[in-house]
Amino acid sequence: MASEKGVMLLDFWVSPFGQRARIALAEKGVQYEYKEENLTEKSELLLKANPVHKKIPVLIHDGKPVCESLIIVEYINEVWSDKAPLMPSDPYQKAQARFWADFVDKKVYDCGSRLWKLKGEEQQAAKKEMIEILQLLEAQLGDKKYFGGDSFGFVDVAFVPFTSWFYSYETCANFSVEGVAPKIAQWAKRCMERESVAKTLYDPKKVYEFVCFLKKKFGVE
Amino acid sequence: MEKSSSLKLFGSWASSYTHRVQLALKLKNIKFEYIEEDLSNKSEALLQFNPIYKKVPVLVHDDRPLAESVIILQYVDEVWNERPILPADPYERAVMRFWCHFADDKLGPAVGVVFASSGEVQNAAVDQVHENLALIERELREGYFKGRKFFGGDSIGLLDIVLGCGSYWLAVFEEVMTGVKLVDPEAFPLFHAWLREFEALDEVKETIPAVDKLLEYAKAVRAMLLGHCMGNTGVTDAATPATTAAPATATASVPDITVDSS
Repeated sequence: MASEKGVMLLDFWVSPFGQRARIALAEKGVQYEYKEENLTEKSELLLKANPVHKKIPVLIHDGKPVCESLIIVEYINEVWSDKAPLMPSDPYQKAQARFWADFVDKKVYDCGSRLWKLKGEEQQAAKKEMIEILQLLEAQLGDKKYFGGDSFGFVDVAFVPFTSWFYSYETCANFSVEGVAPKIAQWAKRCMERESVAKTLYDPKKVYEFVCFLKKKFGVE
Repeated sequence: MEKSSSLKLFGSWASSYTHRVQLALKLKNIKFEYIEEDLSNKSEALLQFNPIYKKVPVLVHDDRPLAESVIILQYVDEVWNERPILPADPYERAVMRFWCHFADDKLGPAVGVVFASSGEVQNAAVDQVHENLALIERELREGYFKGRKFFGGDSIGLLDIVLGCGSYWLAVFEEVMTGVKLVDPEAFPLFHAWLREFEALDEVKETIPAVDKLLEYAKAVRAMLLGHCMGNTGVTDAATPATTAAPATATASVPDITVDSS
């Protein structure tokens, strides 16, 4: 990769992982080139930038690739440290932020996928798990404005892209996020008041269209 | 030492994740109280300090608990700045974090499956381990880590600790499961050389249990795993060496549809 100066993001429009990077870049006011990848035909650049996983997002900064969305967000936070700090300065609070962002990573996407991939008892089990996940996160949020407290932080960035998937989860598994975790629902609305989030997330109905497309493609009914 | 006015580590003697934290604390010369957990009968304290995962290691600093070894390591590095284990440069940090995640997300679980299975499932897992080691070998040979004695440079850092504490199981498993070759020095010369250097360090020798104890333990666990049907019966998290992942289990029969890969 030529060490061209500048920032490029290899991404896929609806990916919540890619959106984490986009939101972090927007919060920091970083100019970058966005490159949409066709995941059924990955570009040479993507395969070269992420040979280990061949996945998006990949941030390429002055020719050097950074992979894995949460690692990208920490990198963005450390490089563009002059504005909008996404991590608390206290080491214990920082560790807690990493813990809960990692929790979102381990739990939300997989469980969410099972909600629309599966039916019957398996889906019911996934729904129960998702409700537990949302309630654990709600307990963590408490009465704070954001997971980061008064300022929008690492856990907020990690979790907020999944809020545009709530409608899909609710529709497929027949439950209400607002019903089981009202503070999370309110937090999601507050996040949408931020320009970085509003300009990055897609309309939940559009995300649902994508989910329906996937279901059809893979014969899930 | 005011910074460690109260520092406790809940761990398990055979847990490589616990060893990571012990090694870091030793490198930084930090005093702490160690509490051995019986993972088949977890203490109230552990369950209270790590209600989400109920696993070791847990570090409790002035009554505030921290879980997840890589998160604990970064915390320790930030509070006790002497003898740093993370690099200062953001790009270097991102590279270290990437490979730590790779170790825990890919390599560790694959090794775990090798240990907990047999036949075709085991063969497939062995191939997976080789593929993963090949990726690391390539970085050592011609990639980011080219020419380095340790991943951290001249002295061990975060990635050495993460990869190193766990890699000793590779030789142990080879001994327990004859015919299984995990880290052939001819196939992975640089990884092998790095591991030798790592294991020769005094702090590492003082942290990792004696090989004969590890062997005895691994033999017992292997016998128990094969004695039960495939699954995680009676073998608790850190008692499954090198990984906390359950052996290969059937996932949903629907193809894996993800939005960030194919």
